[in-house]
Amino acid sequence: MSAGSDVALRVEDLRVGFDTREGLVQAVDGISYAVAPGRTLGIVGESGSGKTVAAMTAMGLTRGPRTRVSGRVLLDGENLLAASSGRLQELRGDAIAMVFQDPLSALHPLLRVGDQIEEAVRAHRSGVSRAAARARTLELLELVAIPNAAQRVGAYPHELSGGMRQRAMIAIALANDPRVLIADEPTTALDVTVQAQILALLRTLRDELGMAMVLITHDLGVVAETADEIAVMYAGRIVEHAPAAELFAHPQHPYTWGLLRSVPRLDAPVGAELVPIPGRPPSLIDPPSGCRFHPRCPYVRERHRTVDPALESLAGAGAVGHRVACLLPEAERQAIWAGLTSGAAAASQAAPAVAENTSPDDGPGAGRASEERPA
Amino acid sequence: MAAYVLRRVLWGLVLLVLVSLLTFVVFYVLPSADPAQLRAGRNASPATLAQIRDSLGLDRPLTAQYWTFLSQVAFHANLGYSYFSQAPVGSLLVDRLPATISLTLGAIVIWVLVAVPLGVVAATRRGTWVDKLTTGGALLGISAPVYWLGLVALYLFADDIGIWPLFPGAGSYVPFTDDPWQWFTSLILPWIVLASTFTAVYARLLRGNMIEVLSEDYVRTARAKGLSERRVVWRHGLRAAVTPLVTLAGLDIGLLLGGAVLTETVFGIPGIGRLNYEAIVHADYPVIQGTVLLAACFVIVANIAVDVAYAYLDPRVRTA
Repeated sequence: MSAGSDVALRVEDLRVGFDTREGLVQAVDGISYAVAPGRTLGIVGESGSGKTVAAMTAMGLTRGPRTRVSGRVLLDGENLLAASSGRLQELRGDAIAMVFQDPLSALHPLLRVGDQIEEAVRAHRSGVSRAAARARTLELLELVAIPNAAQRVGAYPHELSGGMRQRAMIAIALANDPRVLIADEPTTALDVTVQAQILALLRTLRDELGMAMVLITHDLGVVAETADEIAVMYAGRIVEHAPAAELFAHPQHPYTWGLLRSVPRLDAPVGAELVPIPGRPPSLIDPPSGCRFHPRCPYVRERHRTVDPALESLAGAGAVGHRVACLLPEAERQAIWAGLTSGAAAASQAAPAVAENTSPDDGPGAGRASEERPA
Repeated sequence: MAAYVLRRVLWGLVLLVLVSLLTFVVFYVLPSADPAQLRAGRNASPATLAQIRDSLGLDRPLTAQYWTFLSQVAFHANLGYSYFSQAPVGSLLVDRLPATISLTLGAIVIWVLVAVPLGVVAATRRGTWVDKLTTGGALLGISAPVYWLGLVALYLFADDIGIWPLFPGAGSYVPFTDDPWQWFTSLILPWIVLASTFTAVYARLLRGNMIEVLSEDYVRTARAKGLSERRVVWRHGLRAAVTPLVTLAGLDIGLLLGGAVLTETVFGIPGIGRLNYEAIVHADYPVIQGTVLLAACFVIVANIAVDVAYAYLDPRVRTA
């Protein structure tokens, strides 16, 4: 992984489950990542892939009697999962902050925007005077480029446009110069033009303030320009993790291919076999056996139904830091992707490459699948 | 806002006229008794009855009677005179109003002070004994009729008939201006009885609202800011959860100011509700009309006040 020495946020084997009447929903099933100051990790996946739950758990926002959490979330070396709720309260909004998806619902509708920002300032600076907090509020509004800041402090959320609201939300998150900023779908509720502005703002702020940023989205287009690294999540796991440029140049996982090819294109042939990702995200109460993507994967082999792939580094040079959890042989994956991008979409699909002798499968979850090798 | 309030007030006046007409019609179509007969006594001669009818104006056409009433109210602020006591209705109302206001205000204080903490605590500790006790007690409070609760309270705690004679019983009310301490102690039981139903209803409503609000995104934001749980619940949560209840509470207060008939009757408090009850028993039309109109006034004013207050509590209403 990149930048090992200076890591602001490190997540190690995080698992989050929720006890429900139907059973344990394993929303996050053993994910690990690290983010250095001034860097951005993009976490990409469909809704229900566990990306938001993982982030909220890092903030301690999923704590409750029905939540089962294990692993470690290290903020500058301090394990947040083991922190007392008092300590967590000190860190939240101070060292680690979060921006949410829909600013209209994430801001209190009955309180003035300025008061909501000021509250965030005062929550972590016990001795600060009202005047100083108000001055800091104005400074924050200017930092996030809200025009007429002095007037906007008195506005209510519904009086601001969507983009302005999200800027106010960002101002709340930045109130105390956090080391780590988690942005959960920060642009999803916004117009496309405003999306670009907000992303640009987040990049600028990350660089100016030297924050480590985790950018969660379902849209690879959003992370393309902003993230240094990208982790693709599926059904509670990271299935592919690579530097951003590498991921876009050499995607390895069929799910990543699906995400990349689900971006609407006007020149795509109508009715061709490029229906992005068929099916729906699997149940997290009773996830599929073997590779969790196998029910939706066009390249599934019999073995994939029982063998759980581990996230493993690619062998090739130039692919430093590129890891993928896929049972297809690397050469075959490259051939398929080359075929997909050249337009001959169906070329490789039907041709069952003779299964090479299987590499040892010792992924973290492999134990649960009884391994049956087809003769 | 001023134009809006003015429009509402004008509509309120129209409504009052309609209410008075309805009361008038109901009284003559379904009279509780013949007022002349009641005043004349059991064996009155037809001549006496005719004379009483004439003096009360009961022999005039109904339209003329209604017009007289309406013009007296509109141009002379005169609500007429009681058939029963000859006293001006206006002064009867003024005499009775302080008792009703005393009863209502005390009950509001108790119900707000009890219902808000109960609702919040029940919502934040869902499933614990506090919650179960609150929801169970609330069900009891909602189900128990006020007159029954009042009699039970008297039977248990009144100093004349109670098992534990702790508080003054029925008929002990004195005006605040006569003796503040006795005023206070005499109202303790009525306050509690009157407040119990409302406390129960509002605690339940607040609990429900609060549970909903605490799962809102903006409450998560408040937590993510690093606010204390107390501040999250009592500032961000309660602020949003209590706002819809203010509307309801305003209307209830308006209703109560029109007279809490049952509570006033059980405890013998000389308020508007009791005046209304007595007037119906005596077929005392002018007093019935007066109490009904006063109650209607309170409801209309409460409605307007609630709408204005809501605009201040919820900024989204203001711009809409």
